Amino acid sequence: MTISRSMALKLISALVLFGAWEIAGWVPVSYAFPTFLESMSALIRMALDGSLFVAYAETLKPLIVGIAISGTIGIAIGIWIGLSNWFDWLFSPIFIVMQSAPLAALIPLLVMVYGIGLTSKVFVVCIMAMPVIVLNTAGAVRNTPTNLIEMGTAFLATRFEVITRIIVPSASPVIFSGLRLGVSAGFIGAILAELKITPTGVGDIITFSRSIADYASMYAAIFSIIVLAVIFLNLLEKLEIYLFEGNVRGYASD
Amino acid sequence: MAMPQIKEAVAPAEPDIAVSTRNISKNYGDVEALKDLSLEFPRGQLTSLLGPSGCGKTTLLKIIAGLLEPTSGEVEVDGKAVTGPGEDRAFVFQDFALLPWASVLRNVAFGLELRGVAKSEREARAAKYINDVGLGGFENAFPHELSGGMRQRVGLARALSVDSQVLLMDEPFSAVDEQTRRKFQEDLLELVAVENKTFIFVTHSIEEAVYVSDQIAILLPRPSRVSEIIRPAGLRDKDVDNIRRDSEYLDIVDRIWASLRNYVE
Ligand SMILES: Nc1ncnc2c1ncn2[C@@H]1O[C@H](COP(=O)(O)OP(=O)(O)OP(=O)(O)O)[C@@H](O)[C@H]1O
Ligand SMILES: [Mg+2]
Repeated sequence: MTISRSMALKLISALVLFGAWEIAGWVPVSYAFPTFLESMSALIRMALDGSLFVAYAETLKPLIVGIAISGTIGIAIGIWIGLSNWFDWLFSPIFIVMQSAPLAALIPLLVMVYGIGLTSKVFVVCIMAMPVIVLNTAGAVRNTPTNLIEMGTAFLATRFEVITRIIVPSASPVIFSGLRLGVSAGFIGAILAELKITPTGVGDIITFSRSIADYASMYAAIFSIIVLAVIFLNLLEKLEIYLFEGNVRGYASD
Repeated sequence: MAMPQIKEAVAPAEPDIAVSTRNISKNYGDVEALKDLSLEFPRGQLTSLLGPSGCGKTTLLKIIAGLLEPTSGEVEVDGKAVTGPGEDRAFVFQDFALLPWASVLRNVAFGLELRGVAKSEREARAAKYINDVGLGGFENAFPHELSGGMRQRVGLARALSVDSQVLLMDEPFSAVDEQTRRKFQEDLLELVAVENKTFIFVTHSIEEAVYVSDQIAILLPRPSRVSEIIRPAGLRDKDVDNIRRDSEYLDIVDRIWASLRNYVE
Protein backbone atom coordinates (compact mmCIF):
# COMPACT_ATOMS: atom_id res chain seq x y z
CA MET A 1 0.00 0.00 0.00
CA THR A 2 2.59 2.52 1.12
CA ILE A 3 5.02 1.22 -1.48
CA SER A 4 2.59 1.76 -4.34
CA ARG A 5 1.78 5.19 -2.97
CA SER A 6 5.42 6.28 -2.86
CA MET A 7 5.79 4.77 -6.32
CA ALA A 8 2.88 6.87 -7.54
CA LEU A 9 4.39 9.99 -6.01
CA LYS A 10 7.68 9.32 -7.75
CA LEU A 11 5.88 8.84 -11.06
CA ILE A 12 3.97 12.07 -10.63
CA SER A 13 7.09 14.06 -9.82
CA ALA A 14 8.85 12.52 -12.86
CA LEU A 15 5.88 13.45 -15.08
CA VAL A 16 5.88 17.02 -13.77
CA LEU A 17 9.62 17.31 -14.37
CA PHE A 18 9.47 15.89 -17.89
CA GLY A 19 6.42 17.99 -18.71
CA ALA A 20 8.25 21.11 -17.62
CA TRP A 21 11.23 20.07 -19.70
CA GLU A 22 9.01 19.51 -22.75
CA ILE A 23 7.37 22.93 -22.36
CA ALA A 24 10.73 24.63 -21.79
CA GLY A 25 11.89 23.02 -25.05
CA TRP A 26 8.84 24.43 -26.87
CA VAL A 27 9.23 27.98 -25.59
CA PRO A 28 12.28 27.61 -26.21
CA VAL A 29 14.47 28.63 -23.32
CA SER A 30 17.45 28.59 -25.62
CA TYR A 31 17.92 27.45 -29.18
CA ALA A 32 20.36 24.88 -27.73
CA PHE A 33 17.69 23.37 -25.47
CA PRO A 34 15.80 20.47 -27.07
CA THR A 35 12.41 19.25 -25.91
CA PHE A 36 12.08 16.18 -23.76
CA LEU A 37 10.66 14.09 -26.62
CA GLU A 38 13.45 15.09 -29.01
CA SER A 39 16.00 14.08 -26.40
CA MET A 40 14.26 10.77 -25.79
CA SER A 41 14.12 9.93 -29.48
CA ALA A 42 17.84 10.70 -29.72
CA LEU A 43 18.38 8.41 -26.74
CA ILE A 44 16.41 5.60 -28.38
CA ARG A 45 18.31 6.10 -31.62
CA MET A 46 21.68 5.83 -29.83
CA ALA A 47 20.45 2.79 -27.92
CA LEU A 48 19.27 1.09 -31.11
CA ASP A 49 22.45 1.69 -33.10
CA GLY A 50 24.45 0.50 -30.09
CA SER A 51 26.60 3.61 -29.75
CA LEU A 52 25.18 4.29 -26.29
CA PHE A 53 26.29 0.90 -25.02
CA VAL A 54 29.74 1.19 -26.55
CA ALA A 55 30.05 4.56 -24.81
CA TYR A 56 28.93 3.17 -21.46
CA ALA A 57 31.34 0.26 -21.71
CA GLU A 58 34.06 2.90 -21.80
CA THR A 59 32.65 5.23 -19.12
CA LEU A 60 31.73 2.52 -16.65
CA LYS A 61 35.31 1.21 -16.44
CA PRO A 62 36.85 4.09 -14.48
CA LEU A 63 33.53 4.69 -12.72
CA ILE A 64 33.16 1.18 -11.34
CA VAL A 65 36.83 0.72 -10.53
CA GLY A 66 36.97 4.15 -8.89
CA ILE A 67 33.80 3.64 -6.85
CA ALA A 68 34.89 0.16 -5.79
CA ILE A 69 38.23 1.49 -4.62
CA SER A 70 36.70 4.51 -2.91
CA GLY A 71 34.05 2.36 -1.25
CA THR A 72 36.27 -0.36 0.16
CA ILE A 73 39.42 1.59 0.91
CA GLY A 74 37.46 4.68 1.88
CA ILE A 75 35.35 2.84 4.44
CA ALA A 76 38.39 0.98 5.79
CA ILE A 77 40.42 4.17 6.20
CA GLY A 78 37.39 5.93 7.64
CA ILE A 79 36.92 3.25 10.29
CA TRP A 80 40.57 3.44 11.13
CA ILE A 81 40.53 7.21 11.42
CA GLY A 82 37.41 7.01 13.58
CA LEU A 83 39.03 4.51 15.94
CA SER A 84 42.41 6.08 16.38
CA ASN A 85 43.23 9.65 17.22
CA TRP A 86 46.64 9.14 15.80
CA PHE A 87 45.30 8.10 12.40
CA ASP A 88 42.86 10.93 12.54
CA TRP A 89 45.72 13.35 12.98
CA LEU A 90 47.71 11.71 10.19
CA PHE A 91 45.06 11.20 7.50
CA SER A 92 42.07 13.46 8.04
CA PRO A 93 43.83 16.55 6.68
CA ILE A 94 44.58 14.75 3.42
CA PHE A 95 40.92 14.04 2.79
CA ILE A 96 39.79 17.44 3.90
CA VAL A 97 42.21 19.01 1.41
CA MET A 98 41.11 16.51 -1.24
CA GLN A 99 37.49 17.42 -0.68
CA SER A 100 38.08 21.11 -1.13
CA ALA A 101 40.72 20.90 -3.87
CA PRO A 102 39.73 22.35 -7.24
CA LEU A 103 39.71 19.15 -9.27
CA ALA A 104 40.05 20.87 -12.63
CA ALA A 105 43.37 22.29 -11.48
CA LEU A 106 44.61 18.85 -10.44
CA ILE A 107 43.77 17.11 -13.70
CA PRO A 108 46.78 18.39 -15.66
CA LEU A 109 49.00 17.16 -12.83
CA LEU A 110 47.39 13.73 -12.87
CA VAL A 111 47.78 13.52 -16.64
CA MET A 112 51.42 14.46 -16.35
CA VAL A 113 52.05 11.68 -13.85
CA TYR A 114 49.68 8.93 -15.01
CA GLY A 115 49.06 9.74 -18.66
CA ILE A 116 45.68 9.97 -20.31
CA GLY A 117 44.64 6.37 -19.78
CA LEU A 118 42.36 4.60 -17.34
CA THR A 119 44.57 5.29 -14.30
CA SER A 120 44.10 9.05 -14.44
CA LYS A 121 40.36 8.69 -14.87
CA VAL A 122 40.13 6.28 -11.94
CA PHE A 123 42.05 8.85 -9.90
CA VAL A 124 39.59 11.55 -10.79
CA VAL A 125 36.67 9.36 -9.71
CA CYS A 126 38.46 8.53 -6.45
CA ILE A 127 39.34 12.12 -5.69
CA MET A 128 35.69 13.00 -6.10
CA ALA A 129 34.21 10.03 -4.26
CA MET A 130 36.66 9.11 -1.52
CA PRO A 131 36.79 12.14 0.83
CA VAL A 132 33.10 12.22 1.64
CA ILE A 133 33.08 8.45 2.19
CA VAL A 134 36.13 8.57 4.46
CA LEU A 135 35.03 11.60 6.45
CA ASN A 136 31.45 10.36 6.93
CA THR A 137 32.65 6.94 8.03
CA ALA A 138 35.18 8.37 10.45
CA GLY A 139 32.64 10.72 11.99
CA ALA A 140 30.06 7.98 12.40
CA VAL A 141 32.56 5.59 13.95
CA ARG A 142 33.71 8.25 16.39
CA ASN A 143 30.10 8.92 17.39
CA THR A 144 29.16 5.35 18.22
CA PRO A 145 27.02 5.53 21.38
CA THR A 146 29.35 4.71 24.25
CA ASN A 147 26.63 2.83 26.10
CA LEU A 148 26.50 0.24 23.31
CA ILE A 149 30.26 -0.25 23.39
CA GLU A 150 30.08 -0.54 27.15
CA MET A 151 27.29 -3.11 26.83
CA GLY A 152 29.39 -5.15 24.40
CA THR A 153 32.34 -5.03 26.74
CA ALA A 154 30.20 -6.06 29.69
CA PHE A 155 29.03 -9.10 27.73
CA LEU A 156 32.63 -9.99 26.91
CA ALA A 157 32.98 -8.81 23.33
CA THR A 158 36.56 -8.70 22.08
CA ARG A 159 37.80 -5.46 20.55
CA PHE A 160 37.28 -6.98 17.10
CA GLU A 161 33.71 -8.01 17.93
CA VAL A 162 33.00 -4.54 19.27
CA ILE A 163 34.10 -3.12 15.93
CA THR A 164 32.29 -5.57 13.66
CA ARG A 165 29.09 -6.11 15.67
CA ILE A 166 28.58 -2.75 17.31
CA ILE A 167 30.60 0.09 15.82
CA VAL A 168 30.14 -0.72 12.13
CA PRO A 169 26.42 -1.52 12.26
CA SER A 170 25.82 1.52 14.40
CA ALA A 171 27.75 3.71 11.96
CA SER A 172 26.16 2.14 8.92
CA PRO A 173 23.40 4.71 8.28
CA VAL A 174 25.96 7.50 8.09
CA ILE A 175 28.44 5.31 6.20
CA PHE A 176 25.74 4.63 3.63
CA SER A 177 24.82 8.27 3.32
CA GLY A 178 28.53 8.94 2.71
CA LEU A 179 28.51 6.20 0.10
CA ARG A 180 25.51 7.75 -1.63
CA LEU A 181 27.19 11.14 -1.75
CA GLY A 182 30.44 9.48 -2.83
CA VAL A 183 28.75 7.58 -5.65
CA SER A 184 27.06 10.73 -6.92
CA ALA A 185 30.39 12.55 -6.80
CA GLY A 186 32.02 9.59 -8.54
CA PHE A 187 29.57 9.88 -11.43
CA ILE A 188 30.44 13.54 -11.76
CA GLY A 189 34.12 12.62 -11.61
CA ALA A 190 33.79 10.01 -14.36
CA ILE A 191 32.13 12.45 -16.75
CA LEU A 192 34.49 15.23 -15.78
CA ALA A 193 37.45 12.97 -16.52
CA GLU A 194 36.05 12.23 -19.97
CA LEU A 195 35.47 15.88 -20.67
CA LYS A 196 38.82 17.11 -19.37
CA ILE A 197 41.30 14.31 -20.07
CA THR A 198 40.33 12.57 -23.29
CA PRO A 199 36.86 12.45 -24.74
CA THR A 200 35.77 8.83 -24.48
CA GLY A 201 32.49 7.11 -23.72
CA VAL A 202 29.59 9.26 -22.64
CA GLY A 203 31.89 12.27 -22.36
CA ASP A 204 32.69 11.81 -26.01
CA ILE A 205 29.00 11.77 -26.97
CA ILE A 206 28.52 15.00 -25.04
CA THR A 207 31.58 16.71 -26.55
CA PHE A 208 30.99 15.47 -30.07
CA SER A 209 27.27 16.15 -30.31
CA ARG A 210 27.81 19.61 -28.91
CA SER A 211 30.44 20.32 -31.55
CA ILE A 212 27.98 19.40 -34.31
CA ALA A 213 25.08 21.17 -32.56
CA ASP A 214 23.16 17.91 -32.08
CA TYR A 215 21.81 19.10 -28.76
CA ALA A 216 19.17 16.38 -28.53
CA SER A 217 21.92 13.73 -28.38
CA MET A 218 23.89 15.76 -25.89
CA TYR A 219 20.94 16.04 -23.52
CA ALA A 220 20.09 12.40 -24.10
CA ALA A 221 23.58 11.42 -22.90
CA ILE A 222 23.34 13.67 -19.84
CA PHE A 223 19.88 12.33 -19.10
CA SER A 224 21.07 8.73 -19.35
CA ILE A 225 23.91 9.27 -16.88
CA ILE A 226 21.51 10.82 -14.38
CA VAL A 227 19.14 7.88 -14.75
CA LEU A 228 22.03 5.48 -14.24
CA ALA A 229 23.13 7.32 -11.11
CA VAL A 230 19.60 7.18 -9.69
CA ILE A 231 19.37 3.45 -10.39
CA PHE A 232 22.73 2.90 -8.72
CA LEU A 233 21.71 4.89 -5.64
CA ASN A 234 18.50 2.88 -5.39
CA LEU A 235 20.47 -0.36 -5.51
CA LEU A 236 22.66 0.96 -2.73
CA GLU A 237 19.59 1.67 -0.65
CA LYS A 238 18.33 -1.89 -1.24
CA LEU A 239 21.69 -3.20 -0.04
CA GLU A 240 21.49 -1.10 3.08
CA ILE A 241 17.98 -2.31 3.91
CA TYR A 242 19.10 -5.88 3.30
CA LEU A 243 22.11 -5.54 5.60
CA PHE A 244 20.73 -3.41 8.45
CA GLU A 245 17.00 -3.71 8.46
CA GLY A 246 16.41 -2.41 11.97
CA ASN A 247 18.58 0.63 11.37
CA VAL A 248 16.73 1.68 8.27
CA ARG A 249 13.40 1.35 10.01
CA GLY A 250 14.51 4.13 12.33
CA TYR A 251 16.37 4.57 15.55
CA ALA A 252 14.83 3.99 18.91
CA SER A 253 14.16 7.36 20.43
CA ASP A 254 14.99 7.18 24.08
CA MET B 1 -4.55 -16.95 50.03
CA ALA B 2 -0.97 -17.41 49.00
CA MET B 3 1.61 -19.98 49.71
CA PRO B 4 4.07 -19.01 52.38
CA GLN B 5 7.62 -18.71 51.15
CA ILE B 6 9.74 -21.58 52.23
CA LYS B 7 13.20 -20.56 53.14
CA GLU B 8 15.73 -22.61 54.97
CA ALA B 9 16.58 -21.31 58.34
CA VAL B 10 20.26 -20.95 57.81
CA ALA B 11 22.02 -18.49 60.04
CA PRO B 12 25.71 -18.92 59.41
CA ALA B 13 27.92 -16.93 61.71
CA GLU B 14 30.06 -15.86 58.77
CA PRO B 15 27.94 -15.23 55.70
CA ASP B 16 29.39 -16.39 52.40
CA ILE B 17 30.51 -13.26 50.59
CA ALA B 18 30.22 -13.33 46.78
CA VAL B 19 31.31 -9.81 45.98
CA SER B 20 33.22 -7.40 48.11
CA THR B 21 34.35 -3.88 47.39
CA ARG B 22 37.12 -2.45 49.48
CA ASN B 23 37.96 1.22 49.95
CA ILE B 24 36.69 2.17 46.50
CA SER B 25 37.25 5.75 45.43
CA LYS B 26 36.37 7.10 42.05
CA ASN B 27 37.09 10.55 40.72
CA TYR B 28 35.87 11.90 37.41
CA GLY B 29 38.36 14.69 36.96
CA ASP B 30 37.57 16.98 39.85
CA VAL B 31 34.30 15.26 40.70
CA GLU B 32 34.65 12.82 43.56
CA ALA B 33 31.90 10.30 42.84
CA LEU B 34 32.83 7.65 45.40
CA LYS B 35 35.07 7.97 48.39
CA ASP B 36 36.46 5.09 50.37
CA LEU B 37 33.42 2.90 49.92
CA SER B 38 33.50 -0.61 51.33
CA LEU B 39 30.63 -3.01 51.06
CA GLU B 40 30.10 -6.76 51.05
CA PHE B 41 27.47 -8.63 49.08
CA PRO B 42 26.45 -12.00 50.55
CA ARG B 43 26.01 -14.85 48.08
CA GLY B 44 22.49 -15.77 47.08
CA GLN B 45 21.10 -12.54 48.44
CA LEU B 46 19.81 -9.34 47.02
CA THR B 47 21.54 -6.15 48.06
CA SER B 48 20.00 -2.81 47.12
CA LEU B 49 21.96 0.34 46.62
CA LEU B 50 19.72 3.18 47.60
CA GLY B 51 20.62 6.81 47.42
CA PRO B 52 19.82 10.15 45.87
CA SER B 53 20.33 10.75 42.16
CA GLY B 54 23.92 11.39 41.17
CA CYS B 55 25.36 9.80 44.30
CA GLY B 56 27.36 7.23 42.36
CA LYS B 57 25.22 4.09 42.29
CA THR B 58 25.78 3.47 38.58
CA THR B 59 29.46 4.23 39.02
CA LEU B 60 29.78 1.62 41.78
CA LEU B 61 27.88 -0.95 39.73
CA LYS B 62 30.12 -0.35 36.70
CA ILE B 63 33.22 -0.68 38.83
CA ILE B 64 31.95 -4.03 40.10
CA ALA B 65 31.19 -5.01 36.49
CA GLY B 66 34.76 -4.19 35.54
CA LEU B 67 33.61 -1.52 33.10
CA LEU B 68 35.23 1.30 35.04
CA GLU B 69 38.53 1.36 36.87
CA PRO B 70 38.29 2.68 40.40
CA THR B 71 40.73 5.46 41.19
CA SER B 72 41.73 3.40 44.18
CA GLY B 73 40.47 0.37 46.04
CA GLU B 74 39.58 -3.09 44.83
CA VAL B 75 36.70 -5.36 43.97
CA GLU B 76 36.71 -9.09 44.56
CA VAL B 77 34.29 -11.62 43.12
CA ASP B 78 34.57 -15.05 44.71
CA GLY B 79 37.82 -13.98 46.29
CA LYS B 80 39.41 -13.06 42.96
CA ALA B 81 40.30 -9.47 42.18
CA VAL B 82 38.28 -7.97 39.32
CA THR B 83 40.34 -6.64 36.44
CA GLY B 84 37.61 -6.43 33.81
CA PRO B 85 34.24 -7.83 32.80
CA GLY B 86 33.79 -11.56 33.33
CA GLU B 87 31.41 -14.44 32.74
CA ASP B 88 30.46 -14.38 36.41
CA ARG B 89 28.71 -11.02 36.12
CA ALA B 90 25.87 -9.75 33.94
CA PHE B 91 24.64 -6.18 33.69
CA VAL B 92 21.21 -4.63 33.26
CA PHE B 93 21.73 -1.10 32.01
CA GLN B 94 19.81 1.90 33.23
CA ASP B 95 19.54 3.17 29.64
CA PHE B 96 18.81 -0.34 28.25
CA ALA B 97 21.70 -0.28 25.74
CA LEU B 98 19.88 -2.26 23.06
CA LEU B 99 21.17 -2.62 19.52
CA PRO B 100 18.68 -0.62 17.43
CA TRP B 101 19.40 -2.63 14.29
CA ALA B 102 18.78 -6.00 15.93
CA SER B 103 15.50 -7.73 16.70
CA VAL B 104 14.43 -8.45 20.27
CA LEU B 105 15.54 -12.04 19.78
CA ARG B 106 19.03 -11.08 18.65
CA ASN B 107 19.34 -8.47 21.38
CA VAL B 108 18.46 -10.96 24.08
CA ALA B 109 20.76 -13.56 22.54
CA PHE B 110 23.60 -11.06 22.09
CA GLY B 111 25.39 -11.99 25.31
CA LEU B 112 25.28 -15.66 24.32
CA GLU B 113 26.34 -14.76 20.78
CA LEU B 114 29.46 -13.11 22.17
CA ARG B 115 30.14 -16.20 24.26
CA GLY B 116 30.15 -18.29 21.11
CA VAL B 117 26.94 -20.23 21.78
CA ALA B 118 25.57 -21.79 18.57
CA LYS B 119 22.72 -19.91 16.91
CA SER B 120 19.95 -22.44 17.42
CA GLU B 121 20.80 -22.98 21.06
CA ARG B 122 21.17 -19.33 21.95
CA GLU B 123 17.91 -18.47 20.20
CA ALA B 124 16.10 -21.18 22.10
CA ARG B 125 17.48 -19.90 25.38
CA ALA B 126 16.75 -16.30 24.48
CA ALA B 127 13.17 -17.22 23.53
CA LYS B 128 12.66 -18.75 26.95
CA TYR B 129 13.77 -15.60 28.75
CA ILE B 130 11.75 -13.41 26.39
CA ASN B 131 8.72 -15.35 27.52
CA ASP B 132 9.76 -15.11 31.15
CA VAL B 133 9.85 -11.33 31.07
CA GLY B 134 6.48 -11.27 29.31
CA LEU B 135 7.58 -10.29 25.82
CA GLY B 136 6.46 -13.48 24.07
CA GLY B 137 5.36 -12.62 20.53
CA PHE B 138 7.75 -9.69 20.23
CA GLU B 139 10.79 -11.76 19.23
CA ASN B 140 11.02 -10.14 15.81
CA ALA B 141 10.17 -6.61 16.83
CA PHE B 142 12.86 -3.95 16.80
CA PRO B 143 13.67 -1.80 19.84
CA HIS B 144 12.12 1.35 18.38
CA GLU B 145 8.83 -0.48 18.14
CA LEU B 146 8.77 -1.15 21.89
CA SER B 147 7.77 1.02 24.81
CA GLY B 148 10.37 2.05 27.37
CA GLY B 149 9.23 -0.63 29.79
CA MET B 150 9.39 -3.29 27.11
CA ARG B 151 12.91 -2.24 26.15
CA GLN B 152 13.93 -2.49 29.75
CA ARG B 153 12.61 -6.03 29.86
CA VAL B 154 14.68 -6.89 26.81
CA GLY B 155 17.77 -5.73 28.71
CA LEU B 156 16.66 -7.81 31.68
CA ALA B 157 16.18 -10.92 29.54
CA ARG B 158 19.61 -10.42 27.97
CA ALA B 159 21.25 -10.34 31.39
CA LEU B 160 19.30 -13.35 32.66
CA SER B 161 20.02 -15.46 29.58
CA VAL B 162 23.79 -15.58 30.13
CA ASP B 163 23.20 -17.24 33.50
CA SER B 164 25.85 -15.38 35.46
CA GLN B 165 26.39 -15.82 39.17
CA VAL B 166 26.16 -12.11 39.89
CA LEU B 167 23.45 -9.90 38.43
CA LEU B 168 24.13 -6.19 38.42
CA MET B 169 20.85 -4.38 37.89
CA ASP B 170 20.82 -0.64 37.39
CA GLU B 171 17.28 0.53 38.10
CA PRO B 172 15.86 -2.35 36.11
CA PHE B 173 12.23 -1.48 36.83
CA SER B 174 12.37 2.28 36.48
CA ALA B 175 10.58 2.43 33.14
CA VAL B 176 7.81 -0.08 33.73
CA ASP B 177 4.35 0.80 34.94
CA GLU B 178 3.37 0.29 38.57
CA GLN B 179 1.49 -2.98 37.99
CA THR B 180 4.32 -4.51 36.00
CA ARG B 181 6.75 -3.21 38.55
CA ARG B 182 4.99 -5.02 41.35
CA LYS B 183 4.80 -8.15 39.28
CA PHE B 184 8.53 -7.91 38.56
CA GLN B 185 9.32 -7.33 42.20
CA GLU B 186 7.49 -10.53 43.08
CA ASP B 187 9.24 -12.37 40.25
CA LEU B 188 12.54 -11.04 41.48
CA LEU B 189 11.89 -12.30 45.01
CA GLU B 190 11.10 -15.69 43.54
CA LEU B 191 14.24 -15.60 41.40
CA VAL B 192 16.35 -14.77 44.44
CA ALA B 193 14.69 -17.59 46.34
CA VAL B 194 15.16 -20.29 43.71
CA GLU B 195 18.48 -19.34 42.19
CA ASN B 196 21.60 -19.11 44.22
CA LYS B 197 22.56 -15.89 42.50
CA THR B 198 23.84 -12.71 43.97
CA PHE B 199 21.81 -9.67 43.01
CA ILE B 200 23.05 -6.13 43.24
CA PHE B 201 20.14 -3.88 42.63
CA VAL B 202 20.10 -0.13 42.22
CA THR B 203 16.87 1.68 42.96
CA HIS B 204 15.48 5.09 43.82
CA SER B 205 12.47 3.69 45.51
CA ILE B 206 12.62 3.14 49.26
CA GLU B 207 9.53 0.89 49.17
CA GLU B 208 11.01 -1.20 46.39
CA ALA B 209 14.30 -1.60 48.22
CA VAL B 210 12.62 -2.70 51.43
CA TYR B 211 10.28 -5.02 49.56
CA VAL B 212 12.90 -6.96 47.61
CA SER B 213 16.15 -6.72 49.55
CA ASP B 214 18.00 -8.90 51.96
CA GLN B 215 20.30 -6.01 52.60
CA ILE B 216 19.98 -2.32 51.81
CA ALA B 217 23.02 -0.09 51.55
CA ILE B 218 22.17 3.56 51.86
CA LEU B 219 24.59 5.80 50.04
CA LEU B 220 25.08 9.42 50.86
CA PRO B 221 25.51 12.10 48.19
CA ARG B 222 28.88 12.77 46.66
CA PRO B 223 31.45 11.84 47.59
CA SER B 224 29.54 8.68 48.30
CA ARG B 225 30.06 6.33 51.19
CA VAL B 226 27.78 3.76 52.74
CA SER B 227 26.02 5.59 55.50
CA GLU B 228 23.99 2.69 56.79
CA ILE B 229 23.25 -0.95 56.08
CA ILE B 230 19.77 -2.18 56.82
CA ARG B 231 18.80 -5.84 56.80
CA PRO B 232 15.05 -6.32 56.71
CA ALA B 233 15.70 -9.87 57.87
CA GLY B 234 12.32 -10.51 59.38
CA LEU B 235 10.53 -9.65 56.16
CA ARG B 236 12.12 -12.32 54.00
CA ASP B 237 10.33 -15.13 55.78
CA LYS B 238 6.98 -13.48 55.46
CA ASP B 239 4.29 -14.05 52.92
CA VAL B 240 5.01 -11.92 49.81
CA ASP B 241 1.46 -10.68 49.64
CA ASN B 242 1.45 -9.31 53.14
CA ILE B 243 4.81 -7.63 53.23
CA ARG B 244 3.44 -4.22 52.32
CA ARG B 245 1.07 -4.33 55.28
CA ASP B 246 3.67 -5.58 57.68
CA SER B 247 4.57 -3.23 60.50
CA GLU B 248 8.25 -4.07 60.22
CA TYR B 249 8.13 -3.14 56.52
CA LEU B 250 6.52 0.19 57.30
CA ASP B 251 8.97 0.87 60.09
CA ILE B 252 11.97 0.28 57.88
CA VAL B 253 10.54 2.46 55.10
CA ASP B 254 10.05 5.23 57.65
CA ARG B 255 13.50 4.81 59.07
CA ILE B 256 15.15 5.04 55.66
CA TRP B 257 13.07 8.04 54.74
CA ALA B 258 14.11 9.71 57.99
CA SER B 259 17.78 9.28 57.20
CA LEU B 260 17.47 10.28 53.53
CA ARG B 261 15.21 13.29 53.90
CA ASN B 262 18.11 15.40 55.15
CA TYR B 263 19.57 15.22 51.66
CA VAL B 264 16.48 16.25 49.77
CA GLU B 265 16.13 19.97 49.35
N1 LIG C 1 31.69 9.79 32.64
C1 LIG C 1 31.59 10.71 33.62
N2 LIG C 1 32.33 11.82 33.59
C2 LIG C 1 32.24 12.75 34.56
N3 LIG C 1 31.43 12.65 35.62
C3 LIG C 1 30.65 11.57 35.72
C4 LIG C 1 30.68 10.54 34.71
N4 LIG C 1 29.79 9.58 35.06
C5 LIG C 1 29.24 10.00 36.22
N5 LIG C 1 29.74 11.19 36.62
C6 LIG C 1 29.40 11.92 37.85
O1 LIG C 1 29.51 11.02 38.92
C7 LIG C 1 28.39 11.16 39.80
C8 LIG C 1 27.74 9.83 40.01
O2 LIG C 1 27.12 9.41 38.81
P1 LIG C 1 26.28 8.08 38.71
O3 LIG C 1 25.82 7.93 37.31
O4 LIG C 1 27.07 6.96 39.27
O5 LIG C 1 25.06 8.42 39.66
P2 LIG C 1 23.79 7.55 40.03
O6 LIG C 1 23.79 7.37 41.51
O7 LIG C 1 23.73 6.32 39.21
O8 LIG C 1 22.62 8.53 39.65
P3 LIG C 1 21.14 8.18 39.11
O9 LIG C 1 20.39 7.66 40.27
O10 LIG C 1 20.62 9.49 38.67
O11 LIG C 1 21.29 7.19 38.00
C9 LIG C 1 27.47 12.19 39.18
O12 LIG C 1 27.60 13.37 39.93
C10 LIG C 1 27.98 12.41 37.79
O13 LIG C 1 27.93 13.76 37.49
MG1 LIG D 1 22.49 5.65 37.69
